[in-house]
Amino acid sequence: MGKNNFRTLIIFTICLGVFPIFIQSDYFLSIMIFIGINAIAAMGLSLLMGYAGQISLGHAAFFGIGAYCSSVLTVKFGFSIFAAFICGVFLSVVMAVAIAVPTLKLKGHYLAVATLGFGEIIYIIFNELLDITGGPSGFSGIPHITFFGHAVEGGIKYFYLVWAIAILLLIFSLNVIYSRIGRALRAVHGSHVATEAMGVNVSWLKVQVFILSAVYASIGGSLYAHFVTFISPPTFSLFASILLLIMVVIGGSNIWGALLGAGILTILPQYLTAFKDFDILVYGVILMAILLFMPEGLLNGLTSLVKWLREKR
Amino acid sequence: MTLSSQILQFFFTGLTVGSIYGMVGLGFGIIYNATTIINLAQGEFVMLGGLIMVFFTTVLKFPLYIGCPLTIVGVTVIGALFEFFAIHPLRNASLLTLVIITIAASILFRGIAMFIWGKDPYALPPFTLGGPIIIGGAVIMPQAFWVLGASMIIVIFMGLFFGKTIIGKAMSACSFNPMAASLMGINVRKMILLSFALSAGLGAVAGVVITPISLMEYDRGLMLAVKGFCAAVLGGLGIGYGAVVAGFLIGILESFTAGLVHSGFKDAVALVILLFILCLKPSGIFGSEEVDSIKKL
Repeated sequence: MGKNNFRTLIIFTICLGVFPIFIQSDYFLSIMIFIGINAIAAMGLSLLMGYAGQISLGHAAFFGIGAYCSSVLTVKFGFSIFAAFICGVFLSVVMAVAIAVPTLKLKGHYLAVATLGFGEIIYIIFNELLDITGGPSGFSGIPHITFFGHAVEGGIKYFYLVWAIAILLLIFSLNVIYSRIGRALRAVHGSHVATEAMGVNVSWLKVQVFILSAVYASIGGSLYAHFVTFISPPTFSLFASILLLIMVVIGGSNIWGALLGAGILTILPQYLTAFKDFDILVYGVILMAILLFMPEGLLNGLTSLVKWLREKR
Repeated sequence: MTLSSQILQFFFTGLTVGSIYGMVGLGFGIIYNATTIINLAQGEFVMLGGLIMVFFTTVLKFPLYIGCPLTIVGVTVIGALFEFFAIHPLRNASLLTLVIITIAASILFRGIAMFIWGKDPYALPPFTLGGPIIIGGAVIMPQAFWVLGASMIIVIFMGLFFGKTIIGKAMSACSFNPMAASLMGINVRKMILLSFALSAGLGAVAGVVITPISLMEYDRGLMLAVKGFCAAVLGGLGIGYGAVVAGFLIGILESFTAGLVHSGFKDAVALVILLFILCLKPSGIFGSEEVDSIKKL
């Protein structure tokens, strides 16, 4: 995973581990939990964008599939929490394959529009299947996660659960980047033709990354459902997909950037209540400004700014 | 209403909506041809066209023949400004970044529209007065003929533009190979600017003619962009008449689904078609894979 990443990872994990010791307010803990959940989904998307060079505009749908599987299967069909969670992941994988295989065979950004369409279809299904999903009025009574009979419901317990999973996925992602798959994907950035000539099946590689990112989103969705215990379709709308995309773009399409982006975009709305009706405008301006002035993202932009200042001195 | 007249009704409704999808798809094709960017802000031009037209005719009380051209010119300028301030500065960025910036523009336009016009839908009086026309039991609003007429005129105009004029031919040359085109003395930069202006203007026309039928609000654009994109891909990306024919097809299928199956699933139709066409024949009904492979090199 690289020496630098390993050091950052250790520091990051320790910081998170001691966070609840200093701050125990439920409000801040729940914000941290939401950051963790968003970070899981954003990490997957950043793998897709940063390494496969593709955009997904339907990641909220995978998030939703995870959330609805975890809720509906446990409440209505008596599945165990773990079984329902696995079903959500499995369903996301099936859907991801169905979208990605035809679209990633093609060059160009067909995946962006196919996922946009897919996200809308899933949103329509959440709204229209009244008997199963509860339709627009939402689905409530989702159980808390239990471990050997102990319910994980308090802020601190759930905080550790979410971030433990997030850190595991972070380690996994960093390993993927430094594995054969990651190297092959970086080679595609250099030359598509040359990579294929080396015997790499580029489109299958991209499909794999897309599946992985869908799984991340689905895991995030399941964690979300068990934390808030009530879900309704607007959480999984197109706008949510776009917010995930903005997280990745703001951070800069790498894994650490995704964490930063998830943090910023989860905290920001808490302080933007004054702009409540104009949040779209604010997000549009932020995204446009980042793209125009810091196309490498905030993380890279700030590092190069610091470097530039040091050199100037 | 008998079943046959109902079917006729769905057919005409679908034809009207479909011609809007076709026009949006045509706009996609123009930008795609010049830049291979998929402009996800395409639908916002339709929304802006409709809302600016509302502003000119109901607030400023301009007559139709002044308000309409002013709107189209206004949105064309917006399209050109968008290219100038957002696409051009990033001309060396990856295609991925450029597609994301069209998403950013889409959100931005929507936000601005909400800031100016609020969340309510706006109506526009029909262009010509007079009651609905009844054909075989189906009721057709006179405005529907304006929509169909506008799309027909645009298809003919675009056909002539790309087939007969030097500028049009130069624009298609950029799509095949921008490097070769610039070596032939074509100003690729100007062609890209022109393609954005042109497709914004096209979107404005669609917005102006459809608003009297379906109203217009700030968040209509993205769904229109998706449907238009479906039409563009179904007809073969970059093939003008293909997008329009496919637009009709999608509109009609949608209207039948809404009428005969369930109105909630209406929006899913175009997307299911899109996923199918991408599986079966990604070059579209009228496209050829050979031409595509030459273009992409």
